[in-house]
Amino acid sequence: MPVPGSTPKDFIHSEEFLAGLQRRQFRLSVACAASFLSLLLALPLLNYFAPELMTAPVAGFPFTWLLLGVLFFPLVWLIAWIFIRRSIALERREAELARSKRSNVP
Amino acid sequence: MPSPLFAAVDPWILALSLFTVAVTVVMGYWAAGKSRTASDFFVAGRGVYVGWNVSAISGEYLSAASFMGVAGMVMSSGYDALWYPVCYACGYLFLLLFIAGPLRRFGAYTIPDFAEGRFDSPVFRKIAVIFVLFIGFFYTMPQMNGAGTALAYIFKDISWFGSTGLPYWVGVVVVGSAITLNVAIGGMKGITLVQAFQYWLKLFAISVPIFVLISLHGGYGKHLEANGPGAARAMNAALLAAADPANHDQQIQTDAGVIREILPAKAPSDATWLNPFGPLTTKAARAANLSPEQSRPYALLYTYSLIIALVCGTAGLPHILVRFYTNPDGVAAKRTTMWVMILIGVFYVFPPVFGTLGRNLLPELYNATGSRGPDKVVLELPLILNRAHAPWGAILSGITCAGAFAAFMSTFSGLLVSMTGALAHDVYGRMLRPESTANERMRMFKWCAFLVGGVATLLGCFVEKLQINFMVGQAFAIAAASYFPLLFMSVWWRGMTTRGAAAGMLAGGLCALVAVTLTNFSDLGWIDLKPFWIAHPLLRILCEQPAIWCVPLAISLMVIVSLATRAQVPYDIRMKMLVLHAPETLGLKQEYVRDHDGH
Repeated sequence: MPVPGSTPKDFIHSEEFLAGLQRRQFRLSVACAASFLSLLLALPLLNYFAPELMTAPVAGFPFTWLLLGVLFFPLVWLIAWIFIRRSIALERREAELARSKRSNVP
Repeated sequence: MPSPLFAAVDPWILALSLFTVAVTVVMGYWAAGKSRTASDFFVAGRGVYVGWNVSAISGEYLSAASFMGVAGMVMSSGYDALWYPVCYACGYLFLLLFIAGPLRRFGAYTIPDFAEGRFDSPVFRKIAVIFVLFIGFFYTMPQMNGAGTALAYIFKDISWFGSTGLPYWVGVVVVGSAITLNVAIGGMKGITLVQAFQYWLKLFAISVPIFVLISLHGGYGKHLEANGPGAARAMNAALLAAADPANHDQQIQTDAGVIREILPAKAPSDATWLNPFGPLTTKAARAANLSPEQSRPYALLYTYSLIIALVCGTAGLPHILVRFYTNPDGVAAKRTTMWVMILIGVFYVFPPVFGTLGRNLLPELYNATGSRGPDKVVLELPLILNRAHAPWGAILSGITCAGAFAAFMSTFSGLLVSMTGALAHDVYGRMLRPESTANERMRMFKWCAFLVGGVATLLGCFVEKLQINFMVGQAFAIAAASYFPLLFMSVWWRGMTTRGAAAGMLAGGLCALVAVTLTNFSDLGWIDLKPFWIAHPLLRILCEQPAIWCVPLAISLMVIVSLATRAQVPYDIRMKMLVLHAPETLGLKQEYVRDHDGH
């Protein structure tokens, strides 16, 4: 059993594994967050700089009302779904990686 | 002639509301019989089935703000209020992306548990507990406001000591005591079942009346179109006609094909209501007599600050986070979040429809504010069907009242459990009497429930004039400036030290707390800041919506103080980060617990 803080004896407790794991997880989360934040934060700017476009009527709705009041929810579901699939797959890969390296170390 | 107390109450509305309360209490009792161990009380024994858990989380999340407040705010403020439901749903995504997985792997009953485990600091646990209570009480106030509003609506025609209508505070006290008793008896296991039921009741109660209303009075798009520029001419002609005392026709046949009532003078105009940067976000600038063009940058700032508060605040709500621990494993926790987002997203499409229809069909609500104004549109709007289709209007109004009861009862219960848990589990079980037995802690849980419920009820009595949704937004802002930076930074940055975390969380949280409290005190008329706000509209916005400066403040303080106290990073930080991030199947958590107990 490795003592916390001491030099690790196996791959799971190594700096290499943790740093790579955390980087890959963070990259996935940030990619998903950025795609959704860029849309969410762009909407007020569009409302500000292109009011005519954003209030153009679409089926009775002003366009921006339709976006915010109805269409945003499916978009959030889509991003959540992509993230969950990828993060479960990532987790499985990381576990396999850790196990395969462990079996290589005597 | 003295009228009997209940003769003036609509039997349908009363019966359906009482039914909801009765089912909630009976289910709580029934489940209480099955709840025995201390672990059952705190997180429902961890094995709560995913389907139940999904419904229960959604049920707990959809509070009085979602059910009544969003509709009321859309009615009073129009487009700008749409940010609330959207960001309530988006906040969940943020929780999923950055916080849910690691927290779940770390495994702890409460956020204070996490704070102590991550930093090995019992002092920091105490700070975290204080914020559970701060945020919790801020969030219970609007729930209590919803209760007072609903009961005042149901009993609006009864005679009460010579005056007509039930006072607001009576509703708050009645509902507050009922829920407190229920939580004290049942614990959280009862709550899981009750909340799962309540989600479906709420969805039913918000959607069915909408479908009936739009099939009889025209669709969502048509009602928005009736506020659009195309309808302006008809509106002006009707206003001129209505100004003529000989003309009693108060309705307008719009080009969109829907009939709407004439707006009272207090209502915002069609263009400001329908378009972005309307009454909500430009209020401070308009109070300072700025022109519409000058107000727009202020409105943009307000909008961004609101978005930050709502998106980040969700991740910091104590009663939502504790639910993540009721999943059997990390994959289940993620799947749960996906379904929760679908369930709450579906729900959030409906309240703005209520607000839109309310503007066109029941505009007399604009003449009052708070609990007697637009906040009760969800409850009162279905009643208009009684004009042609009695008693269906009353039945549908009864259904929305039942939904409102489900809304404030479920969220209040969840908050009460979370706050009581913090008091019983943390303050009593760990700080005051660490040697107490499980039985003593369970008895203390009940006493703490009475204490917390009592204080929340008392606070609820004071906020009649404030808007439900607005108050919830404030609770989110405090959570966004305290818990969110703490969780986000401690999960992803290993350089965080106890001092850094505490400094950032305290500074951010307290600044947000002081700012919103100042705003509320001034709005309630307890302190007179009006001349100051008029002179400084920017400061008013930064106080009303503090997230845009409090969140960066908290995060930068965390970084600066942590770097300054670099030597105090926990010695086993690599192991802690491994437990937070490595897949659960590797079993690092068990190893960590074993090592840690050895020291």
